[in-house]
Amino acid sequence: METRLIGKSVPRKEGRDKVTGRARYVDDVTFPDMIYGVAVRSSVARGRIRGIHFEGSIPWAEFIIVTAKDIPSKNCVALLIEDQPCLADEFVNHPEEPVVLLAHPDKYLLEEARRGVRMDVEPLPAIFTIDDSLARKQLIWGEDNTFKSFHVEKGDVDSAWGKADFIVEGEYETGAQEQLYIEPQGMIARASPAEGVTVWGSLQCPYYVHKALAHLFGLPKERIRVVQTETGGGFGGKEEYPSMIACHAALLAWKSGKPVKMIYDRAEDMAATTKRHPSRTRHRTGVSRDGKLLAMEIDFTLDGGAYETLSPVVLSRGTIHAAGPYDCPNVRIRSRAVATNAPPHGAFRGFGAPQSVFALERHLDRVATAIGLEPEELRRRNFIHEGQPLAVSQVIREKVSMGLLLDRALELSGYHAKRKRFHEENSRSTIRRGIGFAAFLHGAGFTGSGEEHLASEAAVEVTRDARVRILAGSTEMGQGTNTIFAQIAAETLGLDCEQIEIVQPDTGVVPNSGPTVASRTAMIVGKLVESAARAVQQALFKSGLLKKGYGTKDFADACRKYSDKFGALQSLVKYEHPRDLHWDDERYQGDAYGAYAWAVYVAEVSVDTRTAEVRVEDFVAVQEVGKVINPVLAAGQIEGGVAQGIGFALYENVVWQEGRMVNGQMTNYIMPTSMDVPPIRVFFEEIPYPRGPAGAKGLGELPLDGTAPAIANAIAHATGVDILRIPVTPESLLSLLESAHA
Amino acid sequence: MPEAARKIRVQCMLNGRATTLEAYPMARLLDVLREQAGLTGTKEGCGEGECGACSIEMDGALVNSCLVPVLQAEGAKIRTIEGLADDKRLHAVQQAFLLHGGAQCGICTPGMILAAVNLLARKPQPTESEIREGLAGNLCRCTGYTKIFESVVEACRGTEKRA
Repeated sequence: METRLIGKSVPRKEGRDKVTGRARYVDDVTFPDMIYGVAVRSSVARGRIRGIHFEGSIPWAEFIIVTAKDIPSKNCVALLIEDQPCLADEFVNHPEEPVVLLAHPDKYLLEEARRGVRMDVEPLPAIFTIDDSLARKQLIWGEDNTFKSFHVEKGDVDSAWGKADFIVEGEYETGAQEQLYIEPQGMIARASPAEGVTVWGSLQCPYYVHKALAHLFGLPKERIRVVQTETGGGFGGKEEYPSMIACHAALLAWKSGKPVKMIYDRAEDMAATTKRHPSRTRHRTGVSRDGKLLAMEIDFTLDGGAYETLSPVVLSRGTIHAAGPYDCPNVRIRSRAVATNAPPHGAFRGFGAPQSVFALERHLDRVATAIGLEPEELRRRNFIHEGQPLAVSQVIREKVSMGLLLDRALELSGYHAKRKRFHEENSRSTIRRGIGFAAFLHGAGFTGSGEEHLASEAAVEVTRDARVRILAGSTEMGQGTNTIFAQIAAETLGLDCEQIEIVQPDTGVVPNSGPTVASRTAMIVGKLVESAARAVQQALFKSGLLKKGYGTKDFADACRKYSDKFGALQSLVKYEHPRDLHWDDERYQGDAYGAYAWAVYVAEVSVDTRTAEVRVEDFVAVQEVGKVINPVLAAGQIEGGVAQGIGFALYENVVWQEGRMVNGQMTNYIMPTSMDVPPIRVFFEEIPYPRGPAGAKGLGELPLDGTAPAIANAIAHATGVDILRIPVTPESLLSLLESAHA
Repeated sequence: MPEAARKIRVQCMLNGRATTLEAYPMARLLDVLREQAGLTGTKEGCGEGECGACSIEMDGALVNSCLVPVLQAEGAKIRTIEGLADDKRLHAVQQAFLLHGGAQCGICTPGMILAAVNLLARKPQPTESEIREGLAGNLCRCTGYTKIFESVVEACRGTEKRA
């Protein structure tokens, strides 16, 4: 299909404001009479609150003080369920749990006041590990410390072991990871019984915040308004926690009658907000002598922290992705998310899949070694093909050619030659080189019947002066929503991107397009935008005011005449679930996702055996994501995701002490700098997906899945040591190297 | 509480204009620029000089404005992101970031662009490793830096063409 704008690297829609510093982020917004707010948090991981004391030489009478008693309706941050309080009342369940809110016009005095609040908490025994939670050493949540568990069954695993020539087992762990968006979280609220509640903030999901505020205040939906300000990165970290900050700011605004701004500093953001779930995965795999997977038994556990939040959904995605893009006749996956007394873990790009994919792709390299097969050969003999079922029994109907992606990735990275050369050279050098890869898939959109339940909406309207306005609740946080929506609408309407206006997400104005998560914005909401734009065009055709083959001026004339004759022209489109997609939530089987992105990533590393320092020297990312709407933005997504994956694999180590992150600063929590990333070489195969806008699928989360296992496999190749957990810090690698020599 | 400090007057050249700032001597230059001068293009990412989102130029040197007490700005020539574009025309580095994907979420962008401009003033044709080193004090979580490097390289080319 010929396209004018799809597939072109149109400059970022809001790019000019960003490069000139004019873009307005939440901390750049002020209101007259605005005051500042802070949260005062628990001092212990678990306990009973005996009293709150306001001490020191602080003029307490000047402060607005809010506790759980001030909450107008339900004391919860409503999400999937209502277990997380907005402010702890009697019990605290993690060391960063908010208990008291303070507001004052002087933010410096506010900081002193925060230190003047003394919490008298009677400590209760707490648990901090997956094992202690599973063993129910203390019961801290529900009847069994388990937020959710899944069981996936395909074929007959139990009778398959007998036919296997080899059985390989392994246990793998991944650590917590901080999203580390460079703009810390923040909100401004105005609230009064007369006006209702309005918040402006850095957030991914305006309607999540809307729901939380409606529950907290017990107000009708139309009295709550949520506006997204320019958002400086999210990566999942601004999916759910903004609801908490919005609730806090709104409570202070409600009590004070003034606008209240709450901006977290970096330390508070890192300590209190959600991170990627730490995980443990156990694999038991039966293989035939010729390298055919006969049985896979996978046990996957996530540490969810103190409250449920999004853990069931993160667990779901991790579970479904745990068996990868392979055709294995007999699969059993058991998984669960358990409670510990740490701040709740939450969404982070990849959403459970990076954890389970790390385990699988590292495990398959070990399986290959065990049976004496090259890692690429083992993958090749088991890749899923069109017409075959995944672990959840979803029969793949799209064209899929993992073999082709593998060939291309190995060729572009010079894999075979390097593998041979490094092997020869490594014995003569203290710098050891290695090359490894990972093969994986990532489902786009909500899982199973999720999109059907969301029933997202988006609208396109044209004004009398021929401006085309896109109304969607999908947010721009750097990933390119504004630009690709403009491209999709402009392509459909035969206009230029400059004629398209993206309306700022404001729940008072835009419909609920669902959350901006799950690699769903381009594929699901983009399709709604495309359909709405087409409907507007059809209305103009039908009115007789516009004829096929029109030019820009014809369009402008038609808009003016239509408006004069019929009034406003707007088309609101609602998501319709394809009838041939079926999902069985009870058996956890069926069409888990409408489409998948498919990929093979290759990492080349060097390891200094004296310092145990790992450098990624080269990185090749080959993927099939349907039609690429904007090559520069799409490549930017992959490159950024690979860099985050490098951090996940090598540097980003959350150090815990009694449920509290103790290295919550950018000086001691290390993310990749410009000196740490290799050339990241990105390649797209494009097989248009018939149900995506112009053939596009989702791609945002994909790069987090395969980067870490490719690097871990490369380190194993370079050093010969068995990598079973990430991050592979120099300290952990040094002890592995030493025990290998012992 | 100790006796409250008194505000001082600090005179400096801010984006080419003689400016008087009034603030407590140890107030962070970052806050004074944002709150008093209204220059909100300078961002706070970490408040401890690690991320570079608050980078500005002071007497030609790139500094983290979160670590500079305002009293040090006396007599200084200061340039923020707002002082870069010439009326409506973008600086070559801004233009390159816009066209080549150097900005995603945009929060590190003002500091990153100033770091790139500062680098190019010192080394008009930097090598790849000089670009990497020149930008190492500015963290970006979105791009993986690849498109930022490309933008800087393209900006050099643009400068050549215009010269």
